[in-house]
Amino acid sequence: MSTRLINWFKFSSPATFYPLAGRIVTWSAVVAVVLLAIGLYMSFFVAPTDYKQGEGYRIIFVHVPASWMSMFIYVVMAAWSGIGLVFNTRLSSMMAQALAPTGALFAFLALWTGAFWGKPMWGTWWVWDARLTSELILLFLYIGFIALQGAIDDPRRADRAGAILALVGVVNIPIIYFSVKWWNTLHQGASVTITKGSSMGQVMLVTMLIMVFAFWAYAIAVSLARVRAIILEREKETTWVRELVGGAR
Amino acid sequence: MKARHKRLGFLLAGLVGLGVATWLVLNALDSNLSYFFSPTEVAQNKAPADHVFRLGGLVESGSLQRGREMTVRFVVTDNANKVKVEYTGILPDLFQEGQGVIAQGRLGPDGVFVADEVLAKHDENYMPPEVADALKKGHEEGVAGMQKL
Repeated sequence: MSTRLINWFKFSSPATFYPLAGRIVTWSAVVAVVLLAIGLYMSFFVAPTDYKQGEGYRIIFVHVPASWMSMFIYVVMAAWSGIGLVFNTRLSSMMAQALAPTGALFAFLALWTGAFWGKPMWGTWWVWDARLTSELILLFLYIGFIALQGAIDDPRRADRAGAILALVGVVNIPIIYFSVKWWNTLHQGASVTITKGSSMGQVMLVTMLIMVFAFWAYAIAVSLARVRAIILEREKETTWVRELVGGAR
Repeated sequence: MKARHKRLGFLLAGLVGLGVATWLVLNALDSNLSYFFSPTEVAQNKAPADHVFRLGGLVESGSLQRGREMTVRFVVTDNANKVKVEYTGILPDLFQEGQGVIAQGRLGPDGVFVADEVLAKHDENYMPPEVADALKKGHEEGVAGMQKL
């Protein structure tokens, strides 16, 4: 084995990852607060009004980043679940467990802000079109994952059951993303794509991207703080945790 | 090491199988997952004639007529076919000629679609009003330039 591989595996041990995660939490929390302050200021005061939707479109600066995060976090969660399932690494399953509530929060935020945006613009809070319905299913998948993991007492069995649910649910992600392309929906198509670039004004796009990075930093900070709590709880019988807790007293 | 590879194989095979199954189901459902029918689909009798469905397209420019009280009439087009729509009620703010619209209702025997709900559909473009004006002006100048040639 090369040295790089050994270093990589070093951090798959909860004991070495725990202090590293603590440092990342601090830094990403700072980044999140700073970016959120800049992003929200730009959302309200710098970004221009929209030619069609006026001021009401500004909810996009929360809605789109939250929707992206809800999908992205699910993919990361499923990837950690898969790694945990295949390699039996304890930390991977803990990461999946730690990501789920944050993902659920973003999915909820996407649906909630979407309803608030839909009422004035479309004329309805909710419709059962492909985009909205598949995003609602994503929220249910997150809740189902959390519930299933919580319902099984043995953590290893809980991890395995949750991992299978998370992996099966992955098929929903491309359905959400391409729903506006594959079928007629009330929801409009994507404004920002890799292939076609963006169909938004420059300042609007920059503002939205700042909000995306703010949400990224927030998600990293919160889920790593959560994984630290999970590590302590699950490893409480180990010597290093006892020493850590004993030392804190 | 071997059991690990086996599990990875199972996992990948499972995901591929799941993906294929989903693709088949979505293919079978196809148009049933669409939220609305276009005027062309209505013209081809693909829309249900005997019960409620949704019609989507653009409000044709110059077609909006305000009738008595809150009744409005307009034409929904997809630039290939047209359907006349009649609706009584409050229109959403974004409802405009030339804009996207989705109406829910029934097709009458006279070919007029009687809607009981009208939703506005907007596109994915966001820009400041000045840019929209500049684009419009540029487009008009371009058209005028073409006509001179």
